[in-house]
Amino acid sequence: MTAPAAAASQAPTRPILSLRGVSKNFGAVAALTEVDLDVAAGEVVAIVGDNGAGKSTLVKVLSGVHRADTGTVTFADREVTVASPADAHALGIATVFQDLALCENLNVIQNLFLGREVRRGRLDEVTMEIRSWELLRQLSAKIPTVRVPVASLSGGQRQTVAIARSLLGDPKVIILDEPTAALGVAQTAEVLNLIERLRDRGLGVIMISHNMEDVRAVADRVAVLRLGRNNGVFDADAPTEEIVAAMIGASDNAVSRRANQRRQSRQRRQRKEEE
Amino acid sequence: MADVREAAAAPLDLLDERLRRGEGLKAALAGIWGRVRSGDLGALPIVLGLVVIWTVFQSLNSVFLSSANLVNLLMESASVGIIALGVVCVLLVGQIDLSVGSVSGLSAALTAVTFVKHGWPMPLAMAAALAAGAAIGFVYAQMVTRLGVPSFVATLAGLLSFLGIQLWLLGDTGAINIPFDSGLVHFAQLAFLPEWLSYVLVVVAAGWLFATGYGLARTRRAAGLSARSTTLLVARSVTVLLGLGFAVWYLNRARGVGWLFVSFVVLVLILNYALTRTGWGRSVFAVGGNAEAARRAGINVRRVYTSVFVLCSTFAALGGMIAAARLAAANQSTGAGDVNLNAIAAAVIGGTSLFGGRGSAFAALLGILVIQSISNGLTLLDLDSSFRFIITGLVLALAVMLDSVARRSRVAHGRAA
Ligand SMILES: Nc1ncnc2c1ncn2[C@@H]1O[C@H](COP(=O)(O)OP(=O)(O)OP(=O)(O)O)[C@@H](O)[C@H]1O
Ligand SMILES: [Mg+2]
Repeated sequence: MTAPAAAASQAPTRPILSLRGVSKNFGAVAALTEVDLDVAAGEVVAIVGDNGAGKSTLVKVLSGVHRADTGTVTFADREVTVASPADAHALGIATVFQDLALCENLNVIQNLFLGREVRRGRLDEVTMEIRSWELLRQLSAKIPTVRVPVASLSGGQRQTVAIARSLLGDPKVIILDEPTAALGVAQTAEVLNLIERLRDRGLGVIMISHNMEDVRAVADRVAVLRLGRNNGVFDADAPTEEIVAAMIGASDNAVSRRANQRRQSRQRRQRKEEE
Repeated sequence: MADVREAAAAPLDLLDERLRRGEGLKAALAGIWGRVRSGDLGALPIVLGLVVIWTVFQSLNSVFLSSANLVNLLMESASVGIIALGVVCVLLVGQIDLSVGSVSGLSAALTAVTFVKHGWPMPLAMAAALAAGAAIGFVYAQMVTRLGVPSFVATLAGLLSFLGIQLWLLGDTGAINIPFDSGLVHFAQLAFLPEWLSYVLVVVAAGWLFATGYGLARTRRAAGLSARSTTLLVARSVTVLLGLGFAVWYLNRARGVGWLFVSFVVLVLILNYALTRTGWGRSVFAVGGNAEAARRAGINVRRVYTSVFVLCSTFAALGGMIAAARLAAANQSTGAGDVNLNAIAAAVIGGTSLFGGRGSAFAALLGILVIQSISNGLTLLDLDSSFRFIITGLVLALAVMLDSVARRSRVAHGRAA
């Protein structure tokens, strides 16, 4: 392994959530092998990695969708088993899934409050509607009305709904699996702001993203997964090339080759212009 | 300056400038028209269907729309209608129960055997049959959720087995008569609302509709949300008052409104409340829309499936008892023949999607009215059951096609499939 462990840094305080030796197999595919991860309260940890590196699988283990084959999860200094999504909610782990996991036939309010409806005897629709508007406004959501089925929303609007849903119920750790993939410029900025606000409020945030700019903008540490294994933890100000190299596995890779080519052709163009 | 004040005055949920605003009757009607055009048909096709069916049968036989016949039609629709209520629940989670007919037959036989042959008190006999129904639903749910048996197969197996048990229970004679003086038979055949009470109920219904609508509108307005205008609420209540009032007046020219039918409607209202106003109902729709998403939201999906299968079989058991009481006998054909398909067809014709996640308790009421109208009309024309099967089959096919076309239109218009 050529893991550049030099750049690895420790979590600033005691981790609120920490994983040790987590493995998960799907039949013959080892999706996760002996993965470790720490997240402290008030810290944003980004997980990056190539397609199929096991990021979403890790998220699903943490949120109780899949059970890990081996390994331990420690939450607030207690070893816990996250056997079901309900367990994760009870602990205070909220998740925005990559595939969003919304019910298309239900409207925005119903999706936001699914599984934790506000009740006063019967369902209290009015309170839920007001809370929905507050949440969506906080995210600068451009959703004209909350009483339409989610099926009629655009991809980015759905993503906003999924993010808004994770904020309900006072979570302690929020996991966002590619939260900005479908978002517009303003909404992406809003989500990044939100992540910073969550950090300032003392929540632990795990963010997964393919967008290195977003990662650098908000993450305190960047953990790299490669083929289901840890491949180094970096400070957010580590050079991008180094992180990319850890993601892809070598310094001579498609990304660096492409960057070189572009640099060279730009230089060639400049030379031509000078002539 | 003007816009600022306007924005401040607009309700919280109507701030987006892309929303077309409007209040009152005209805007409400325009909204309904827009929904219909995008394939969100609601109860419209079925109401039109009923009008067509009634016109055709009335022109073929003038007895059809007589008070006496309509009273009869409503009384006859209760038992299969109650079974259809259960079917609606199962369809809502995207499953099916093909055995409701034989479960109802079994329940009828069970009630008759324990009551007549063993001399149990009627309430005990009924409770036992209902418990048997609930147990059957529980077994289905375990097969589906724990063993992964498709509900189609599990209930098909149940269909045969329970038919067998029904025949075995009834023994060689194949029929057990239930005495006319028993409370159940009296209730199902002879108990009608006094005329004054029927009108009181109509007024109560319209008043209650207005009161709840007005209460909700006031809470919403107080919270800064948009709300239905009072004019609209009054118009709705008055329409209901006049419509129901006329129907009751017309029925009262014959025997009137049966307690049995009123009980059926009350069950519809209770189920509607449970499906739309409780957390359980919300989770039923969620599981039908996307079971995995519901699971990730922390909903106990297995428990939802179990509740729904138990409810369905229990409703089937109740419907079977009512059918037996209507006949004053439990026999080998109770719950057999077209009961099964009629119950499922009623749910589907009434607008419950076979794909899960769409439908309402009122589907059972509207659907069974269509089915029972066809069956009743054809009987009046002296056409035998072969025609009844053919025509009910065609109507079912039409309803399912309409469901599919409307679904495609909804997808094209970006509404929930
Ligand atoms: N339910 C499943 N059954 C079988 N294999 C799975 C399942 N889920 C994930 N895998 C496999 O596990 C590996 C990791 O998948 P995962 O979804 O975690 O990748 P990822 O890092 O999130 O990728 P991406 O960046 O594309 O989202 C892949 O090889 C995938 O094929
Ligand atoms: Mg992924």
